[in-house]
Amino acid sequence: MEETLKIVVLVKHVPDAQFDRHITGPANTTDRDESILSELDEYALEAALQLAEERGGPKAGNEVIALSMGPSGAVNAVKKSLQIGAYSGVHLSDDALAGSDAAATSLALAAAIRHLAADGRPVDLILTGMASTDGETSLVPAQLAERLSLPQVTFASSLEVAGGQVTARRDAGHFSETVEAQLPAVVSVTDQINEPRYPNFKGILAAKKKKIASLSLADIGVDASQVGLAGSWTVVESADARPPRTAGTIITDEGDAGIKLVDFLAAQKLL
Amino acid sequence: MANALVFIDNPGAALKKSSLELLTIARSLGETAVAITGELNDDVAATLGAYGATTVFQPSVDDLDQYLVGPKAAYLAAAVAASGATAVLLDNSPEGKEIAGRLGIKLNAGVITDVVGVEADGTAHKSVLAGSYNTTAKANTPVTVLSVKANNVEPAPAGAGAAPATATVDVPTDAAANSARIAARTEKPVSGRPDLSDARIVVAGGRGVDGDFGPVEELADALGAAVGASRAATDAGWIGHDAQVGQTGVTVSPQLYISAGISGAIQQKAGMQTSKVIVAINKDAESPVFEIADYGIIGDLFKVLPQATAEIKKRKG
Repeated sequence: MEETLKIVVLVKHVPDAQFDRHITGPANTTDRDESILSELDEYALEAALQLAEERGGPKAGNEVIALSMGPSGAVNAVKKSLQIGAYSGVHLSDDALAGSDAAATSLALAAAIRHLAADGRPVDLILTGMASTDGETSLVPAQLAERLSLPQVTFASSLEVAGGQVTARRDAGHFSETVEAQLPAVVSVTDQINEPRYPNFKGILAAKKKKIASLSLADIGVDASQVGLAGSWTVVESADARPPRTAGTIITDEGDAGIKLVDFLAAQKLL
Repeated sequence: MANALVFIDNPGAALKKSSLELLTIARSLGETAVAITGELNDDVAATLGAYGATTVFQPSVDDLDQYLVGPKAAYLAAAVAASGATAVLLDNSPEGKEIAGRLGIKLNAGVITDVVGVEADGTAHKSVLAGSYNTTAKANTPVTVLSVKANNVEPAPAGAGAAPATATVDVPTDAAANSARIAARTEKPVSGRPDLSDARIVVAGGRGVDGDFGPVEELADALGAAVGASRAATDAGWIGHDAQVGQTGVTVSPQLYISAGISGAIQQKAGMQTSKVIVAINKDAESPVFEIADYGIIGDLFKVLPQATAEIKKRKG
């Protein structure tokens, strides 16, 4: 039997991309009504659950902790993660966190992850999605790794853990590579790595009995001035909604649409 | 004392267009230094000089490519200290963004990714929430780190530039500690087509190609375009995942995007709606893609695309 793992999965509550999304307020922050668990984080959670199940699951002493930082509504991302199968949840929430950029977010998450090791058992693996579907900067995994002085293995399209080492496959445009790192490590996974499971009725019932710990900045030893707008190193100075694209000319093919298309491209000087 | 430092990872035998774009932006911010990894070829040094670079830094070690991100960020932090730069520019590739991210933490510097324009005072322009907002952002730290998307400025040499001075930067001895090591790397076959992420024209196919990318590829080749695909097409295994345009794939912003047999669900739209001109071909008149197309054809892509390809070949002679 492989050694057991303590895995933290970072899950983010993001505005549902199926609807119009908005930037609001004096600090140009994203409106978080109509939010859901970021779809890309489900792959990280699935990867964590598979690693834990290969090692005998919770009974054998594995831990899969879903950690979300965000306002009160973000607890729903944790709840959804518990329904899908996470063993326990943590919600880091504090009014002072609002408006945090990636640097401030990584500072708070690093402190929360250190706090989760305060029970004497260090975290072996921090799993994330490849990006959030709102900010899309992909900065947090790299910055979290830097703050925790850990190796980062990003955009993993496959993942194995054995003998205290993580081995991942990464596919870039022109090459694919195999990457190795010692645990503990920060690993982000792509949407190619697995097929995330859906919460079933049993999972939804079981989730009600699972623990969600609420953490404030005081709990993790972070001062309000280090996070939020005050602790961010970047400022969004303006945000202007781009006028929606409007439909142009629509034609129905009557046998010569290919020629008409080329006429259009020529008129636009695109040939 | 340089004002801007441009990072160019393994420039090779000739600088890429995206590197020339970074140099052009850097020059608008002030005196420019460059930090490279790998060999500095004479032609590359001359080009760097022509684009206004006064100093080229090289790392004291040659094994940076064996590790992921971490040691390159450590090298770049040392190069920022050596150059005194207040702005650092990198490309917006996944690795460029991650080096930027770790560098930002090392330097206590604000990082702005996905930048499409930079003003002289360091204010960055970007497009967010899948192109639905244009924002300006600025770092409030002494150093600003910017990862800049390709194809947003025209590369322009400075004119008569002297060959830059070269200098070696000591990479900290512990730079590779706590870093992931690249154990193996396999090059993929080169397609001969332009890179999807910075192509001027993209022709993309979706569910409607029903397993046959032939007509899409032939039109792409007639136009000198890159080939893209919807997630439905890559998930079906009809084309490699690298070709996927959309929220979880490549985001493109070409002069022309031709969408064939793609319904245009939000996932796909997020990856292409900042394209300058969008053309859509789909059998289903109700496809959402027609709501954002500048020119839409309700028709069979297996008839329309080959006809257009033949016509383009005819006109180009």
